[in-house]
Amino acid sequence: MLEIKNLHANINGKEILKGLNLIVRPGEVHAIMGPNGAGKSTLASVLSGNQAFDVTKGEVNFYGKDLLEMLPEDRSREGIFLSFQYPVEIPGVSMVNFMRTALNEHRKYKNLPPMSATDFLRTMREKKELVEMDSNLANRSVNEGFSGGEKKKNEIFQMAMLDPRLSILDETDSGLDIDALRIVANGVNKLKRPDNACILITHYQRLLDYIIPDFVHVLYDGRIVKTGGKELALELEDKGYDWIKKEVDGE
Amino acid sequence: MPEDILDQVTQGDYKYGFTSDIETDIIPIGLNEDVVRLISSKKNEPEWLLEFRLKAYRHWITLEMPTWAHLDIPKIDYQSIAYYAAPRKNTPKSLDDVDPELLKTFNKLGIPLEEQKALSGMAVDAVLDSVSVKTTFKENLAELGIIFCSFSEAVEHHPDLVRKYMSSVVPYTDNFFSTLNCAVFSDGSFVYIPKGVRCPMELSTYFRINSSNTGQFERTLIIADEDSYVSYLEGCTAPMRDENQLHAAIVEIIALKNANVKYSTVQNWYPGDKNGKGGIFNFVTKRGICKGENSKISWTQVETGSAITWKYPGCILLGDNSSAEFYSVAVTNNHQQADTGTKMIHIGKNTRSHILSKGISAGLGQNSYRGLVKINKNADNSRNFSQCDSLLLGDKCGAHTYPYMEVNNDTSIVEHEATTSKINEDQIFYCNQRGISTEDAVGLIVNGYAKEVLNQLPMEFAVEAQKLLQITLEGSVG
Repeated sequence: MLEIKNLHANINGKEILKGLNLIVRPGEVHAIMGPNGAGKSTLASVLSGNQAFDVTKGEVNFYGKDLLEMLPEDRSREGIFLSFQYPVEIPGVSMVNFMRTALNEHRKYKNLPPMSATDFLRTMREKKELVEMDSNLANRSVNEGFSGGEKKKNEIFQMAMLDPRLSILDETDSGLDIDALRIVANGVNKLKRPDNACILITHYQRLLDYIIPDFVHVLYDGRIVKTGGKELALELEDKGYDWIKKEVDGE
Repeated sequence: MPEDILDQVTQGDYKYGFTSDIETDIIPIGLNEDVVRLISSKKNEPEWLLEFRLKAYRHWITLEMPTWAHLDIPKIDYQSIAYYAAPRKNTPKSLDDVDPELLKTFNKLGIPLEEQKALSGMAVDAVLDSVSVKTTFKENLAELGIIFCSFSEAVEHHPDLVRKYMSSVVPYTDNFFSTLNCAVFSDGSFVYIPKGVRCPMELSTYFRINSSNTGQFERTLIIADEDSYVSYLEGCTAPMRDENQLHAAIVEIIALKNANVKYSTVQNWYPGDKNGKGGIFNFVTKRGICKGENSKISWTQVETGSAITWKYPGCILLGDNSSAEFYSVAVTNNHQQADTGTKMIHIGKNTRSHILSKGISAGLGQNSYRGLVKINKNADNSRNFSQCDSLLLGDKCGAHTYPYMEVNNDTSIVEHEATTSKINEDQIFYCNQRGISTEDAVGLIVNGYAKEVLNQLPMEFAVEAQKLLQITLEGSVG
């Protein structure tokens, strides 16, 4: 579904991604790990179309379409979902109104009529249960006054509502206590299907106890330098990144 | 011809910019005592009203246009304006006598004047240029003793009420624009709610400027007798024209003991084009008095139109325990300028006022909040809370806040909070990532920002106002 070839990207003139390659197929879960500043979050931003980053070289193909040519909203409508590391607050905009607007934009893109209010509210109720979200959170403004854990649950709730083909979870585990982590991970697992895929960006092995990856990649200095199975994450947990840095820098 | 109108309506962002081909009686341009007399005679006014007009006119010629507002107002030639324009087929006995073109105009604006088609629960007084053309549901309201009619009719049929209250809140010497209004005002709405009556429907006036080179000078007088309640709405639009047109209105509200008046405005006069050409100069004086104990007046305004807005709906809190509220959203886009706010004058004991102002600037728009909170010596235990927020969309617009406070009583508390923020790129990207376009995202964020004010509007108006905010800001970001 997703093919990234030789991707280079800058922010403020500084090159962060330096020739990244990655292939994701339907049904797969990819974990991307790596030391601070390696470019993990940049990858998430570039894939979702954040204008702060300039792509200088490379291709990204999503189901045969050139992703880099698309506006961020069209990428979303094509089925790319980003769970933000720091979800923003939008005061005065209720979750109901926000989600309904977003969902109906997705439907419009697929030439479907807007969802009826009854269907929408029923869907919302179902998906809220998936992440054990407090029912009145949905009536509050988008992320306003939410705790760190609530914000992350809210991201997964939105993911469930929009039913993406590819989800990118950018450090969704950071700042979560063990209970919230379990809930969020369960939500993600329940949404997993043979026809969708997930990229997990994380610092810690911990999340991967709950969401079992098919591949673990190590991102270092703007490139994927090592790929393995879930045992690679355990090895990293045990040994840190220095041995990989040495391997790469010693080349 | 219908295609032409359709084109005018669909082209451009301002959807009320069409003109109607209505036979109109316009007096020659210019202003002098004879013009004042002519307006008065056209309206068959009693002598006392002509005297009032002349007194105002003689005072007006001694005044200079105020320059203290944060506004860049081009020089206005008051001798190049026509001060009276009226549809020729006037004073219809029934709807059959109303010029069909006129009915069409109001239908197109979404204000059907046929009662069977009208919005249930809302009575409308429709004012075109200088005169009121039709008031709906008048008879139904009369059964409760409610008077809802044009100002001219009130002068004719209820002269005692008019004489007693007209100019009692805004004296004819109040300010340059209100004094001008006193001299040349044409029509407007009149409301009287009798003792103990809760008005069962929303009352509303819809103002429409149609003729070119004319000014609109209406006045509205609302009297809420003891223990009564009324909710009143005001809407306004104008055709797109290259020249500026002057609108200088007066609204006076009198709330007697235990009366409660809610006044809402959605102001959508033509704002001028993207280069700042044309548009309405909206110089309006609105003031209420909480005359009796426990009375309450609430102003809500959504100001999206006009090239220049200069208005400060205020309240004199005379009765003990009376309270007043001011909720405002003012938007300036392109070259629009607004200097708006409120005046709360606390005189009675235990009086309360609450001010919530939300300014939104985009394009080259300049938006100022200017407010006065005055606590008089004897206004023991009075309270005021003011919150003034500004939102900037872009880096060429401006937001300014000028709060004035005069507190002469030790037992009173006055609080003021203000914030200025820029629309956040991260918020827009967050919306984008969920499939919402930038334009829609700005609409959502701005409506969220203005929500507390929009919530004060009656339902039908709130929906309309939300759409209006979004249309007004189209193309302002990105």
